[in-house]
Amino acid sequence: MTWLDTLRNTNRSRFAELGFPKTGQEAWRFTNLGALAGTPFQPAPPAFAKVAIETLPSVTPSHRLVFVNGFFCANVSASDILPEGVIAGGLAATLNQHPALIEAHLGKLAHDTNHAPQALNTAHIADGAVLYVPKGVRVARPIELVWIGTGANEPLSWHPRLLVVLEPGSEATLIEHHLSLDDGAATFANGVSELAVGAHARLHHYKVQRERNSAFHLSTVAGRLEQGAYYEGFLLTLGAKLSRNEIKLVLAGPGAEAKLSGAYLVRGQQLCDTTTLIDHATAHGSSQQLFKGVIDGAAQGVFQGKILVRPDAQKTNAHQLSRALLLSDDARIDAKPELEIHADDVKCSHGATTGDLDDDAMFYLRARGIDQDSARSLLIDAYVNEVIAEITFEPVREAFEALASAWRYAG
Amino acid sequence: MSPAPNTSDTLDQVKNITDQKYKYGFVTEIESDTAPKGLTEDTIRFISAKKNEPQWLLDWRLKAFRHWLTMKEPKWARVAYPPIDYQDAHYYSAPKSTPLKKSLDEVDPELLRTYEKLGIPIKEQELLAGVEPTIAVDAVFDSVSVATTFKAKLHEKGIIFCPISEAVQTHPELVKQYLGSVVPYSDNYFATLNSAVFTDGSFVYIPKGVRCPMELSTYFRINAANTGQFERTLIIADAGSYVSYLEGCTAPKRDENQLHAAVVELVAHDDAQIKYSTVQNWYPGDEHGVGGIYNFVTKRGACRGVNSKISWTQVETGSAITWKYPSCILQGDNSVGEFYSVAITNNYQQADTGTKMIHIGRNTRSTIVAKGISAGRAQSTYRGLVKIMPKAIGARNHTQCDSLLIGDKCGAHTVPYIESRNKSAKIEHEATTAKISEEQLFYCRQRGLTPEDAVSLIVNGFCREVLKELPMEFAVEAQKLVGISLEGSVG
Amino acid sequence: MLEIVNLHASVGDRPILKGIDLSIKAGDVHAIMGPNGSGKSTLSYILAGRDGYTVTDGSVTYNGEDLLALPPERRAATGVFLAFQYPVEIPGVSNSTFLKTALNAVRRQRGESELDAIQFLKLARAKCKQLGMTDEMLKRAVNVGFSGGEKKRNDILQMALLDPKLTILDETDSGLDIDALRIVADGVNSLRGPNRAMLVITHYQRLLSYIVPDYVHVLAFGRIQRSGGKELALELEARGYAEFGVNEAA
Repeated sequence: MTWLDTLRNTNRSRFAELGFPKTGQEAWRFTNLGALAGTPFQPAPPAFAKVAIETLPSVTPSHRLVFVNGFFCANVSASDILPEGVIAGGLAATLNQHPALIEAHLGKLAHDTNHAPQALNTAHIADGAVLYVPKGVRVARPIELVWIGTGANEPLSWHPRLLVVLEPGSEATLIEHHLSLDDGAATFANGVSELAVGAHARLHHYKVQRERNSAFHLSTVAGRLEQGAYYEGFLLTLGAKLSRNEIKLVLAGPGAEAKLSGAYLVRGQQLCDTTTLIDHATAHGSSQQLFKGVIDGAAQGVFQGKILVRPDAQKTNAHQLSRALLLSDDARIDAKPELEIHADDVKCSHGATTGDLDDDAMFYLRARGIDQDSARSLLIDAYVNEVIAEITFEPVREAFEALASAWRYAG
Repeated sequence: MSPAPNTSDTLDQVKNITDQKYKYGFVTEIESDTAPKGLTEDTIRFISAKKNEPQWLLDWRLKAFRHWLTMKEPKWARVAYPPIDYQDAHYYSAPKSTPLKKSLDEVDPELLRTYEKLGIPIKEQELLAGVEPTIAVDAVFDSVSVATTFKAKLHEKGIIFCPISEAVQTHPELVKQYLGSVVPYSDNYFATLNSAVFTDGSFVYIPKGVRCPMELSTYFRINAANTGQFERTLIIADAGSYVSYLEGCTAPKRDENQLHAAVVELVAHDDAQIKYSTVQNWYPGDEHGVGGIYNFVTKRGACRGVNSKISWTQVETGSAITWKYPSCILQGDNSVGEFYSVAITNNYQQADTGTKMIHIGRNTRSTIVAKGISAGRAQSTYRGLVKIMPKAIGARNHTQCDSLLIGDKCGAHTVPYIESRNKSAKIEHEATTAKISEEQLFYCRQRGLTPEDAVSLIVNGFCREVLKELPMEFAVEAQKLVGISLEGSVG
Repeated sequence: MLEIVNLHASVGDRPILKGIDLSIKAGDVHAIMGPNGSGKSTLSYILAGRDGYTVTDGSVTYNGEDLLALPPERRAATGVFLAFQYPVEIPGVSNSTFLKTALNAVRRQRGESELDAIQFLKLARAKCKQLGMTDEMLKRAVNVGFSGGEKKRNDILQMALLDPKLTILDETDSGLDIDALRIVADGVNSLRGPNRAMLVITHYQRLLSYIVPDYVHVLAFGRIQRSGGKELALELEARGYAEFGVNEAA
């Protein structure tokens, strides 16, 4: 398809100019991609996993799409009966069946020509996932995307693309699992997601990433919320050597609402970067963000969150809180919450805290006969569960609580 | 903690001067000795020769200048201005009448009148029996210090308070030891430029165990046209000493922009305390954004000793552009850094200001309270860094940044950097942005206040946490400024 | 003193007052009672001059002057005082600074001499004592951290200082326990006199046992539905607003 070739080619040459971001660039000052840039990754060939559906994590019976190294694998996917007109499938296959739909939306939200990882992804668009929900349709059961990384011998990279289009008044729940099947050489998953949430549509979007220790995981999300649209996002990060979730949401229509939260639990040499931009472009929008990190070993947490309120975005309500718990002497956190406000009739705030577990709480628990380790576990769970409680979809909330709790014992 | 005077007094004073928005905008007609325009090694030799400096200092200046030539102007701040032609300014300008004054009686009466008009006491008024003076002043006019009061009285306690050019002559060992020890000559573009061309400024040394009996104050005045002011201030508080230092600044109204690139270095040894307060009221430009001072300043304090404390308080109302980040390097265990700031921008003013708190020692503590007010088409940014190094066990920081917007054409931005390398450190940062409350305005007006008075009252309340940190003399001045600076912002 | 004729007003596009007629003479105390949403607070805000309320028809004349043409601070100076349903907090501004600024602003506009700090403090302390308030309240920031009762008393203190001619009490009883209510009512009653008028706006009859009105009006659906003497309040207490077509069961 010529339009797609043009898109790929433009971005290929753009990435050649840009190269991987360096820490001299403000947006990447805390996250060093040197190790990533220095690894000779090969594009992953289409692969087929020999995994039984039962061994894959799942939260509830749902429509499930499985991807191996970025390629859709129909043989291990499971179909649910979807309402009429809903499309939930692989990108390559959907491109064949509904070329006009894909052409109308692909590359329309993620088009920042200065964003290197995004340009790299677009240059390599091959497969990925599509979710399309027609006007007024409510998809009751969640759609699950299982992204599996595998490959033992040579470093492999893939660039999956996710396209979500919710037409006005529709509603869907999307769950993403990112995991590795085995251990071995470095992998590099460089995903880009485009989320178009139509007027008064509602999207619930939950993601857990627990890739292997040698994995690099970059994810760039570009979302756009029309009038009265609602987006609820949650990111649980447990895995990968280096991960960055970069989320940009434009509240384009009046009265749009975004709720974005997440928890990251890292140890060893892991680095987890969460970078958000909530762009309030019109009036009466509201956004809430809460992120919590638990950082152990020599791991590094990075949080960069920006609230932008444009001149016309009067009556905006925007709040953000980032908290980090450092559990070891070598753990570190770098945070840069940011407010850029160009409208006067607004209520905006951000907060950031870092520190160890609360001494008073520790003492209180120990005074009640709980040993130090248990008290610590209890407090960490409580700390993490407070943010997981932001998830309104109960099965996901319970599954994420269990995953976060398991993280502690894995150490 | 000194009680702030009644806001109501402020309002009365505001009223008295409403028709002269920037009351310090006059020019003093005085004959000046001025270096030719331009910046070369010869300019630096000229300044150094004028000051009769030792070779080591000239060498240091030249080293800075050569380094400066390799540097680029920083672009990361949220301020916009046309390129500065560094060759199109005078780097030295001094009133002819005062080459090196010996006593206050010899100061040109025209200069004395200028300071009188500015409300600055540079005469050692006949003191009433039993009344101790509360403030000593060093008056810097363009490139030179023209008067320093109460030097003798301070000398009795071993305190050195004099122009830095004089200290170079009289206490070269102290200047050599400390100059550039907090802000190295290579620190940043404007500090490096200052190191090359600085002309005057204040020097303070408080000996061991001495509590300075009065406020020390420097009053900076830019008078000459097309002149940059590059002052350098160095304050050393030896072990167990205490000093409170005040700084004020004004300039005439001129249509061209003038550069002010100062460097302030503070050193606090064991158990010493330095309280540094600034009321910055450089000419801000007119309501169309024409003219005004570019205030590009590097201020940094080193808490070198255990239990030392450095406290910065600033009220920034003037300047077309403000670029400054008074910072604390908390080296000594248990040392304390504080930053209290009010930045008011109106019309086309731009301010990018904040602080850096670098925690190195154990149990170091820092507090940041920053209040930004934007009106008109102004842009105000808080930019700050809190950094906890691995050895800073038990470090604490609390930061509160609040922005108030008046009108829908201005902007308020908050860019904090928080970097922690120590698990036992606790950092709390909070920031809010809101507009001046409609309810509060109506409540005040229902009680009889005009909209202007209501805004002034509410904004003064908003800034109170910071204003109460100022010494009494400055608190009154600052509260007046709050009202004046926001003039024309409500309609 | 106050003539309200055919007053229509709206908030945004929503008409709230639909033709109010009310005449208040010096010395009179009028009570306006009405259910929630009847337009009581709107009426008080329009009389005090708050932004966001549009008068679409009718007139308000105060001592022969067109009240609606004046900015809020002029109305305050000419003696219109509104005791707020929810007195506003002003952080960082001490109560005494606020009171002194307000008092002198009003005195200036009235052509009276301003009080200096000592005169003011003497006056303020005397008024505090009268209202059972401590001097300490003068030092605290305006209404910040005040209990509901303290806020209302603080408003009455302002009223006592500013010496108004027409006082509008907007739901002054809301959130007050019986002791606080009595103190507030005593404060108000001490200011009753032949040259002053009062407009007491309330939902419940309770306040009117303490501040006994000369006239009672029932406001519902943006209009005065009925007027009478103080006994009307008791009648409403017993029967509610049902006869005016208002269902308050919720």
